[in-house]
Amino acid sequence: MAVWQALELVAKQPETPTAATLRFAPDRWPGHRAGQHVDVRLTADDGYQAQRSYSIASAPEDGALALTVERLDDGEVSPYLVDDMALGDALELRGPIGGWFVWDVADGGPLLLVGGGSGVVPLMAMLRHRRAAGAAVPARLLLSARTVQDILYADELHALGAGDDGPEVTITLTRGAPPGWSGYDRRVDQELLAAVAWPPPQRPRVYVCGPTAFVEEVAADLVALGHDPGLVKTERFGPTGGG
Amino acid sequence: MERLDGNAAAGLLQEVFAREMTVAIETCAGCGTSEALGAVHVYMGGPGTVLRCPHCSTILMCIVRVGEELRVDLGGLRRIELR
Amino acid sequence: MPPISRGFRRRHAVDPAQEGRVPPGQHVVSDFPVLSAGPTPHTPLDEWSFQLVGAIDEPRSWTWEEFRALPAETVTKDIHCVTSWSKLDTTWEGVSVDTLLDGVVTEAEYVVAVCDGGYETNLPLDDVTGGNAWVAYAYAGEPLEAEHGGPARLLVPHLYFWKSAKWIRGLVLTEEDRPGFWEQNGYHNYGDPWREQRYWND
Repeated sequence: MAVWQALELVAKQPETPTAATLRFAPDRWPGHRAGQHVDVRLTADDGYQAQRSYSIASAPEDGALALTVERLDDGEVSPYLVDDMALGDALELRGPIGGWFVWDVADGGPLLLVGGGSGVVPLMAMLRHRRAAGAAVPARLLLSARTVQDILYADELHALGAGDDGPEVTITLTRGAPPGWSGYDRRVDQELLAAVAWPPPQRPRVYVCGPTAFVEEVAADLVALGHDPGLVKTERFGPTGGG
Repeated sequence: MERLDGNAAAGLLQEVFAREMTVAIETCAGCGTSEALGAVHVYMGGPGTVLRCPHCSTILMCIVRVGEELRVDLGGLRRIELR
Repeated sequence: MPPISRGFRRRHAVDPAQEGRVPPGQHVVSDFPVLSAGPTPHTPLDEWSFQLVGAIDEPRSWTWEEFRALPAETVTKDIHCVTSWSKLDTTWEGVSVDTLLDGVVTEAEYVVAVCDGGYETNLPLDDVTGGNAWVAYAYAGEPLEAEHGGPARLLVPHLYFWKSAKWIRGLVLTEEDRPGFWEQNGYHNYGDPWREQRYWND
């Protein structure tokens, strides 16, 4: 509920040079739905507090609670979480939060997920939930990242995409692609979305997440392509992309 | 400053209403249209959190934290349906 | 007692050289945060006007051209936002409110700044006169950007910056104090950063 609980970091793994996944094992966790987030609060020894929201990366079926955090150069909380926080260190967490930007297998599809940078985190929770539930709901993920090193969950997405009934994963790089790159190499635009998305008459459920400018462009493009705005759910991270 | 989605205010709304609110349907007192609170326009980071109707920009709610208190102005909401 | 996150500290260190210029509870920033309660208005200059109305002998109005023809000043001031950031030595160009009120006959003791987008804030007349306030149209030598309140904003640096209303279109002179937006939503009616008057009960 709306109650802060103190938690210790139980596991941490780097995802990219600028992002890490942090795992916690809350005692009184009510369970969560894919797409929800938590509020995290840090307290310094002089009493100073800072609070940020982070999307839950783990599937509801996972048991432990995982957050994937991208370090922002001028951030206050994200550098601490990504670089400094060590196993056994404490923070406070409140959640799960959010009931609108969520997807359960029971909601059906087709499911179109469009993520910019760390906006892929809640979408990954949805794909992990889909896999854990053994669901065959048609799903597509369009992920926009700066360079190939910045792709979150690269190996897992590759494995997911290769599996039976796996989601179709399309990646576009916006700051240069390596030689032999078979994905796209430009910012997401209407043409790219038209190529990746289902046609509007198929009425896909769409979830778009990432920095505000990315989300606005994608949402506007999808509506311009004819998708029902009522089926497009957006989660803007704000100008800083989350923390 | 760009606006955020209603989802960004989910934690704060849960503090105010003691339940998940982003799927609640609001009806705007300004223009009469209805939306899920998750879909309204949110302006945060300033002195308070302002939720606006995505159609007519009427301020649905303004939430200000004054120390331990939350001050909530609901003037622009005609109705909320809780689901 | 919340747990301490080992090694976590605030990002903004306090610079001893700036002591005396930073009100209590504030920290200095080098960027210029953009905070708003609503969408950024974009009034074309050929539709813009500034009005003085209310408890006044005769209302006055200036088009953009007329406004820009008024005597202007360049001032350098420290500004303090109630959300805790302060910015030192900010440079503005604008018309002093004293110039706008020159020759005005009024019994009013207060003003309300009215703005595109509907924002309002209230101040005592004394706090916008005597060299205390400007209607500013340039910041750091450039035309004021829309996200920072352009074409013109009120500038009242001795009070918290929510009183420096963005997108100002006029001043209403009032005999009674008329609390504005944030003042009605829990913030202090006056807003002196040096007495840390942030909220209504401070």
